[in-house]
Amino acid sequence: MKYPEGTLVRNTRAARVNHWITATCFVLLMVSGLSMFHPMLFWLSGLFGGGQWTRTIHPWIGIVLALSYAGLIVQFWRDNFWNRDDIRWLRSIVEVVVNDEAKVPEVGRFNAGQKFVFWTMALLVPALLATGLVIWQSYFGEATTIETQRAAELVHSWAAATAIMIWIIHVYAAIWVRGSVRAMTRGYVTPGWAWRHHRKWFRDLVTTGSTGPRPRG
Amino acid sequence: MTDLQSQDFIRISASTTTPPAARNHEVEVAKLIDVSRCIGCKACQAACMEWNNLRGDVGTFQGSYTNPADLGPHTWTLMRFTEHENATGDLEWLIRKDGCMHCADPGCLEACPAPGAIVQYANGIVDFVSQNCIGCGYCVKGCPFNIPRISAADSKSYKCTLCSDRVSVGMEPACVKACPTGAILFGSKTDMRSWAGERVEDLKGRGFEKAGLYDPPGVGGTHVMYVLPHADTPSIYAGLPGNPAISVFVDVWKGVLKPLALAGLAVTAVAGFLHWVITGTNEVEENDDRSAADFIKNHEGVAK
Ligand code: HEM
Ligand code: SF4
Repeated sequence: MKYPEGTLVRNTRAARVNHWITATCFVLLMVSGLSMFHPMLFWLSGLFGGGQWTRTIHPWIGIVLALSYAGLIVQFWRDNFWNRDDIRWLRSIVEVVVNDEAKVPEVGRFNAGQKFVFWTMALLVPALLATGLVIWQSYFGEATTIETQRAAELVHSWAAATAIMIWIIHVYAAIWVRGSVRAMTRGYVTPGWAWRHHRKWFRDLVTTGSTGPRPRG
Repeated sequence: MTDLQSQDFIRISASTTTPPAARNHEVEVAKLIDVSRCIGCKACQAACMEWNNLRGDVGTFQGSYTNPADLGPHTWTLMRFTEHENATGDLEWLIRKDGCMHCADPGCLEACPAPGAIVQYANGIVDFVSQNCIGCGYCVKGCPFNIPRISAADSKSYKCTLCSDRVSVGMEPACVKACPTGAILFGSKTDMRSWAGERVEDLKGRGFEKAGLYDPPGVGGTHVMYVLPHADTPSIYAGLPGNPAISVFVDVWKGVLKPLALAGLAVTAVAGFLHWVITGTNEVEENDDRSAADFIKNHEGVAK
């Protein structure tokens, strides 16, 4: 596939495929997990063929998610390093939220909000994996003490609820900032989009003669 | 095992509405296991298998009279034998009939995520309803007595039903019927408590000063109770917990996190929607495109 003339590549093909595998797994895990989390959401288990199937399939999807998120970490970690721009950006969080983006300091490929999503998920997914294995009754029911499993169950549902809240913010931000969804579906953004939202990244690409996603050299 | 037509529920697992309870004019029942009168013959264990049609696989000898070695999907009651050396250096052979205690505050039921998989009747019996069970094992984590067992074959949880099928038609549990020494009694909880009081007095008179009734308040009391000659140290009876209660992890998970997290998710989603309604979307403007184009023009051929 070719990207339209004059656009910048925001996410490579590999990154996009990897992202959507992760997203699919996350949504399935969220829906199946929530059905077991609160009685008022138990009906969601019908989407998986009933409670037994929901319970059976959830941990397996979790394994795929963990592997897939590891791939995202490999592809994105370098552009998610915390730096001084992030502190400046965070100081003007009010301008960000009220859509006054002209007053927001310039940032590189990712802003502090995106980095926050990246790093919290980089902590929560391994935590969900570890605790999920401990509470996986059919295979690891005898592997740890019941007291350990109780603690793991609490941590798992807390981590899941936290991850889902962050996921809501992540999805909302993608819809709110127009042009972002296409950056993950088709992979490209317009120069104007890059100028508006990630000006340092834009400058780095243009001055090094790169069409993205990373500057040359 | 359960009668789904029951209209005498105290609680139903994973349910947010009031369970049907109009026909609840029932006596609270209890099984009293008098450890001091038990001779370890296992007639109760055999009767349980027979009445409930349970036949586990034949296992291997583990060096103990306790056989099989643990409770299981096919072993709902198990005689546990302990060789205990007391303070005076004498050996005491302690025998305890293990199985579901039918707590007034059942941890399994609190933990269970499947609507109607665990129910509690007005008579105090806690019962598993297998067609609703999803096999998650949360009941195992909820139970302070380590009783439920998940079958590897069918992924359902199993435990003693207190013969809810027999009790509902006015019979006593199978184990009670089989016991040749009268060590297991069944009746109203009030009667069982007062009979236990007599037994405890008798034991005290015979030198067991610490004799007592085991009806632990940490789980609201139980509908299976023990008369213990050494009630001050229940743990010597094959690890019977001294002060059982639902784990604090389970309480926080189900009592605090469950409602709070659901509210948190709803608030986050609504906040997102409101933000969109109030501020609208963030769109690229014409001057962004123009500035970008200018910048590109100024750097044409710079690094290529
Ligand atoms: C990363 C690997 C994961 C593994 C191995 C895993 C495993 C498990 C297991 C074994 C259970 C118990 C029920 C069952 O047996 O199916 C469970 C419950 C649950 N999981 Fe996961 N899971 C993972 C990831 C996730 C993620 C990413 C989410 C959220 C988006 C999630 C949300 C939940 C929820 C909400 C529950 C119910 C907890 C409760 O009942 O309080 N899990 N998980
Ligand atoms: S395994 Fe236990 S907690 Fe899970 S659904 Fe079955 S009875 Fe309920």
